Amino acid sequence: MNYLLGAFKPACNVSITFSDGKNRKQVPMKKENGQTALVPLFHSQDTISGKVCIDPYQGKKVEHNGVKVELLGQIEMYFDRGNFYDFTSLVRELDVPGEIYERKTYPFEFPTVEMPYETYNGVNVRLRYVLKVTVTRGYSGSILEYQELVVRNYAPLPDINNSIKMEVGIEDCLHIEFEYNKSKYHLKDVILGKIYFLLVRIKMKNMDLEIRRRESTGAGANTHVETETLAKFELMDGTPVRGESIPVRLFLAPYDLTPTHRNINNKYSVKYYLNLVLVDEEDRRYFKQQEITLYRLKEDTSS
Amino acid sequence: MRTLAGVEDEEKWLAEGIAGIQHNAFFMHRALDANNLREVLKYSALMLSELRTSKLSPQKYYDLYMRAFDQLRQLEIFFKDESRHGLPVVDLYELVQHAGNILPRMYLLCTVGSVYIKSKQAPSKDVLKDLVEMCRGVQHPIRGLFLRSYLAQVSRDKLPEIGSDYEGDANTVIDAVEFVLQNFTEMNKLWVRIQHQGPGTVREKQEKERNELRDLVGKNLHVLGQIEGVDLEMYKETVLPRVLEQVVNCKDKLAQYYLMECIIQVFPDEYHLQTLEALLAACTQLMPTVDTKIVLTQLMDRLSNYAASSPDVLHEFLQVEAFAKLSNAIGKVIDTQLEMPIVGAMTLFVSLLTFTLRVHPDRLDYVDQVLGACVVKLSSVPKLEDARAMKQVVALLSAPLEKYSDIVTALTLSNYPRVMDHLDDGTNKVMAMLIIQSIMKNDSCISTADKVEVLFELIKGLIKDLDGTNVEELDEEDFQEEQNSVARLIHMLDNEEPEEMLKIIYVVRKHLMTGGPQRLPFTVPPLVFSAVRLVRQLEAQGGDIAGEDVPATLRKIFQILNQTIEALSSVPCPELALRLYLQCAEAASDCDLEPVAYEFFTQAFILYEEEIADSKAQVTAIHLIVGTLQRINVFGVENRDTLTHKATGYSARLLKKPDQCRAVYACSHLFWVDDPEGIKDGERRALRIANAAQQMVNATRGSSGPVTLFVEILNKYLYFFEKGNPHITPSDIQSLIELINTEMLSDNGNTTIHSDPFFSSTLRYIRFQKQKGGLMGEKYDLIKL
Repeated sequence: MNYLLGAFKPACNVSITFSDGKNRKQVPMKKENGQTALVPLFHSQDTISGKVCIDPYQGKKVEHNGVKVELLGQIEMYFDRGNFYDFTSLVRELDVPGEIYERKTYPFEFPTVEMPYETYNGVNVRLRYVLKVTVTRGYSGSILEYQELVVRNYAPLPDINNSIKMEVGIEDCLHIEFEYNKSKYHLKDVILGKIYFLLVRIKMKNMDLEIRRRESTGAGANTHVETETLAKFELMDGTPVRGESIPVRLFLAPYDLTPTHRNINNKYSVKYYLNLVLVDEEDRRYFKQQEITLYRLKEDTSS
Repeated sequence: MRTLAGVEDEEKWLAEGIAGIQHNAFFMHRALDANNLREVLKYSALMLSELRTSKLSPQKYYDLYMRAFDQLRQLEIFFKDESRHGLPVVDLYELVQHAGNILPRMYLLCTVGSVYIKSKQAPSKDVLKDLVEMCRGVQHPIRGLFLRSYLAQVSRDKLPEIGSDYEGDANTVIDAVEFVLQNFTEMNKLWVRIQHQGPGTVREKQEKERNELRDLVGKNLHVLGQIEGVDLEMYKETVLPRVLEQVVNCKDKLAQYYLMECIIQVFPDEYHLQTLEALLAACTQLMPTVDTKIVLTQLMDRLSNYAASSPDVLHEFLQVEAFAKLSNAIGKVIDTQLEMPIVGAMTLFVSLLTFTLRVHPDRLDYVDQVLGACVVKLSSVPKLEDARAMKQVVALLSAPLEKYSDIVTALTLSNYPRVMDHLDDGTNKVMAMLIIQSIMKNDSCISTADKVEVLFELIKGLIKDLDGTNVEELDEEDFQEEQNSVARLIHMLDNEEPEEMLKIIYVVRKHLMTGGPQRLPFTVPPLVFSAVRLVRQLEAQGGDIAGEDVPATLRKIFQILNQTIEALSSVPCPELALRLYLQCAEAASDCDLEPVAYEFFTQAFILYEEEIADSKAQVTAIHLIVGTLQRINVFGVENRDTLTHKATGYSARLLKKPDQCRAVYACSHLFWVDDPEGIKDGERRALRIANAAQQMVNATRGSSGPVTLFVEILNKYLYFFEKGNPHITPSDIQSLIELINTEMLSDNGNTTIHSDPFFSSTLRYIRFQKQKGGLMGEKYDLIKL
């Protein structure tokens, strides 16, 4: 039966390797089947170079109408499944039509590629970069091979980074003033702050600080908004008295956060909020949400 | 809601909690063995989550806490060993803060924090500050208290106190103090807040539960007291003001009381002394319901003991004017705390007084000041009825007595009697007894009339019936003891100066005369003897003293004596009065005051005739009269005759013959006084009386014991014979001996048992005198046996 199966198998094995593959940093990425795989990490303006290796199976030849490698930047909306929108597409022709009898390697290079958007894997939308090798064949369908990349872009330190300070309350019931030390945090940052209780007339069970991600996709009437709570961090246990101040110290590192994305290619936005939630003894929730901007800071070489 | 649930439920919840801890601890230990940091953190956090329960009472919660605590020790050992988890401690410090729930997070943070300090990779003060600050997140009173108590415990050996490993450059003892103070402040706030939890119906139970937790808070003060390097300066400038601020501001009765107590116990006495002002100011600012008096009492007790510990420290007390400050504070407290029962105020005064006596033994004015304040307070209440308050007042009044061991000192305290006025009669007596006992014990002599006056004012409860006292209620024995004490007291009143002594006697007499018939028999004799002593003293000094206001003439004194004894007639108590008259008569005789002595005798005789009816009493009285009369030699012939005849007459009229006989032969001495200048006028009469006696004996023949009487008479004969009474001849004696012999022969029965030895020894005496030879021997030779 082996030969029969072999008949339907692709005639060759296509693999893609990066020239700096051994040194390049790899990051885990969740695949569609739920498993995580390590994927090489790139940044905008990187040069993507490597080799495509086509290795026909024993005793087979590969007839083709040309071999090409493409670098694609795609946005995929889940409610519009299967419809990719390529915002970046670069092509390198690797071979003219012919036949391959034995293993053949093609080097390729995309110098200083502009990759303005970061890889993003959201609820309703996905932005991905992929290298696609196509061995074009006339009758039996082209042979395709994909290699995912992850792109992350660093942002500089913001010039202006004000603290967030606000007084909120319910009349004659609860008055608090909260303060977060910044409005823009990098992904490994720590949120420091304080919650002052100016008036407390309710009995509280606890106070949490939540990090919420709001992903909005589409535009106009087709806008889909999805909100997830990524972190729920208990700040306080019990009821404070008037004049008490509760410290806030929330490390962002353990959470799976991305930078804030604003209107990516007019397709989607990802925003982050700090949500301060007070829960009283009757399980009523009082909350106040504040947007924060997340950005990716270039990490020290050491870390 | 917790408190409404049954105890059984609580047990169940506790068991569940313990099971939860054990379960997670098991997995934690497995992870520890595998050195798997991630799992360790996961399970330790889960384990600590059991402490998030709100269902347990403090006691049960403590049980749960202790179990978690034991596990955390294991965890700490793991954290310490970097080779096991492979993470620098600083990263670990961050890592544990990723925990989502605050309570497990904080326990872990404290545990790692302690390792962090120990590693010395960061200044201990920074870590401590961070920990104590982050703990603010736990605002639930019980959970917060235990968390902070855990923090205090793990940090205790890591404070940057002087001499510790963690002190240096940037870490000073002030950081340690700051840390403990802050933790203390927060813990106290949490503790105070417990009362606002839950419904009001269970307030009482809550109070009890709160009380169980107080040591968690107090521990901090304890630590503060132990930190090496907290010197007086720092204590004064930082520690105490901060602690007091918290105490005053928390406005909670239980906390204020407990913490003040802690402060007083934990810190050294010398610090208290130097910060007295602040401490006392705080006392006056406490809640009105706080039992400030106990706090102040403890403070004063400690200071008193401190003062007593070494005389070197006394000058410190003076320096800081401890008394004035304390006194002020107490005044304020009493004024402001209107609801304080009188017993409270009294307790305060007692403490203050004890303090004063220990610290300023030389400042009587202070003592008086305290008593004065006490009087003011007592006057503001109607009548002291509280037994405990009474006890305190007694203690208050006893303190100076014990201290000065000299009642004289107490007598100069003008407020002393005023305080006593506020006692009820019973207590007043007890107090009076105490005063007397103190005088007795210390053998102190009260030597001026003024003091005597004050003293009697003090003990007036014993001297006279106070208004409203029901005499019948008095216990006989108690009464006697009291009066005996008063009698003993009178002997302690003495002055070398006759003039002053007379004044004293006047004063004493004035008071004693008010005592009523029951007391006089006890009190008059010492007074009389006291006066008689004065008389003898005057006599020895050569007679009357011309005093300025009260000339102490003998006559005058005797007059007083007469009046005094006369008072006894109202009792009536004739035997006693008779004795006293005789004493006075003898004294007067010694002073050569014949008429006075005669007067006294007259009084005695009148008493004898009119009042003494009992025959036994008569016998005694006669012997007394005879004895006294025999000793007195001041009387002229006429007076003497009158008196001796009267006495002899009385003797002869006694009821029983033997009594008669004995009285009569006693009277024989009245006529023959063995004295160079003695009256020997009655030689003949003496013999006659002796003969009369003999006849009387004859009259008794048949009844029991005449032989004894004969022997007695023989002895009298021998006495006079020896003394050379010419009317007693050897033949008289001889015949008497023969008489006795025959009597004995005829009466060889029952009586010989007594008389035989007496007689034979008398005979032996005669033989002895014979053999001895000499003048007496010659005389005796004439007697033939």
